[in-house]
Amino acid sequence: MLSPEEVESLTAELGKIVDYVDQLSDLNTDDVEPLDHAVELVNVFANDKMRASLSRDEALSQAPNRDDDSYLVPAVLGE
Amino acid sequence: MSLTTKSAAELLSLLEGGDVTSVNVTQAYLNQIVQYDEQIRAFIHVDPDAALAQAADVDRRRQAGEAVGQLGGVPVAIKDLLCTKGVATTCASKMLENYRPPYDATVVRKIKEADGVLIGRTNMDEFAMGGSCENSAFQPTTNPWDTTRIPGGSSGGAAACVAASMAPLSVGSDTGGSIRQPAALCGITGLKPTYGRVSRYGLIAFASSLDQIGPLANSVEDTALLMEVLAGHDPLDSTSIDAPVPPYTENLGKPLEGLRVGLVTDYFDTDLDADVESAVRDAVKVYESLGAKIVEVSLPHSSYGIATYYVIAPSEASSNLARYDGAHYGYRTDEKAMHAELAAERAGMSEEEADAKLDGPLVRMYRKTRSEAFGAEVKRRIMLGTYALSSGYYDAYYLKALKVRRLIVEDYRAAFEKSDVLLGPVTATPAAPLGHYKNDPLGMYLTDLFTVGANLAGVAGISIPCGHSQDGLPIGLQLQAPPLEEESLLRAAHMFQTATDWHTRRPELTTT
Repeated sequence: MLSPEEVESLTAELGKIVDYVDQLSDLNTDDVEPLDHAVELVNVFANDKMRASLSRDEALSQAPNRDDDSYLVPAVLGE
Repeated sequence: MSLTTKSAAELLSLLEGGDVTSVNVTQAYLNQIVQYDEQIRAFIHVDPDAALAQAADVDRRRQAGEAVGQLGGVPVAIKDLLCTKGVATTCASKMLENYRPPYDATVVRKIKEADGVLIGRTNMDEFAMGGSCENSAFQPTTNPWDTTRIPGGSSGGAAACVAASMAPLSVGSDTGGSIRQPAALCGITGLKPTYGRVSRYGLIAFASSLDQIGPLANSVEDTALLMEVLAGHDPLDSTSIDAPVPPYTENLGKPLEGLRVGLVTDYFDTDLDADVESAVRDAVKVYESLGAKIVEVSLPHSSYGIATYYVIAPSEASSNLARYDGAHYGYRTDEKAMHAELAAERAGMSEEEADAKLDGPLVRMYRKTRSEAFGAEVKRRIMLGTYALSSGYYDAYYLKALKVRRLIVEDYRAAFEKSDVLLGPVTATPAAPLGHYKNDPLGMYLTDLFTVGANLAGVAGISIPCGHSQDGLPIGLQLQAPPLEEESLLRAAHMFQTATDWHTRRPELTTT
């Protein structure tokens, strides 16, 4: 939810930034594969071994709202 | 004897020799913080009792002849995005203002095990998004060399505290230049390691393919010391590299025979401040005088670096920050007010209209939580990233940027065939005044021009002081090395510091 002022300033700012990044279309990348990971590690697996994890209480410790076992959030449907 | 002007290496020597205790050292730095941080605001939070307790524990073990870690009681400041169990880790955001992680980041665990004393949590641009440290939700940090100016960002606090002698060592993170740029603007040394050299487990993520944690200090020697502690494979980070960590400090003083320094000509074709250009060109002469061979190299796509980065980084950020929704941790909007708002809106609509158009409570909670707790720069980047990844735009923006990323990596590979390290400026100008980028986010982004390449290509980069502007503001020199060549990089940087004294200068601090 953005205020009208935010909408105004964001429109101008984001417009400038998008215009700036549009210069990427200057480059011919027809035969170039995308690269998403600079180091290009492949298939890093973890051993299928059980190890300690957070206890339920630790995991819930930062919840804005909780009961004994779960996070509590506003209802998904209706009120 | 003034402990706060000593290097970490000197402090360790004094501690090992029993000339001072860690409590002495920690107290000296805490006093420095009390005296000067009101002006500089490098720290979001300092817990003197906890720091002194840690220091006392190191002293006790040392006095009892027990094993003491590599950092042996030396204070270390850490950027407030490194999860520390039970300690508020805020990312300088309202979203995480009261968030206390239930676990330690791997680097935090390593620092603790090495007996580094965690002296305080440093200020940053919110969620590491920014180059000025003014995007912090709490306070702007100032440059110790001129407190009307920015220290740089996003590790502005980590750089400022070292420059102001409030900590001998600090840890920051670098996604597009966020260690190197503030190090340059604050006149200190800062290293961004090879992507994957340091574990990102517990680093609150901004852009996962670009983020790296790294050391900041007043010298390459101290940087190498901290780097030995931070580096290493971590099974908890599947992007961390499984390669041994060289003893960076051991071979530091060995000169590099026949060092080929690649001068990146493209960097000098840009609008460089005259003082910056002059300082960097003087640095080239220093390397020549030390026997290095200077070769001209090109990174032809470097001018596209910012555009590439400002598509990829916000895209990854939009994904990483989706988790901040008020459900599990962090800020949640006032539910009572939210329900009242929804009820009022529902009352003004027909039943059908409301069911079709009105947010459900959960969605409204997400919307309000994120709108209320994210700052402007974070919102800009989430929106940019969402746009670049959206259907119909994904190919033109995100995919395109990934292709240009490969071209940039290939540029680096070609350049490193002809040279061992690349040399150039860190920033085009010295530190800007506070507020300079207020209505100009793109202007702030462009300060990363020379630093984003290393993040996109995953290579190592270091910033070392190489001069001052006419106004006495620090200027940084950047060296970059191929992946996993931190040892050569540190040695090449150390060479410069044996022949110059820019890194020994500290600002004159005031308390007014």
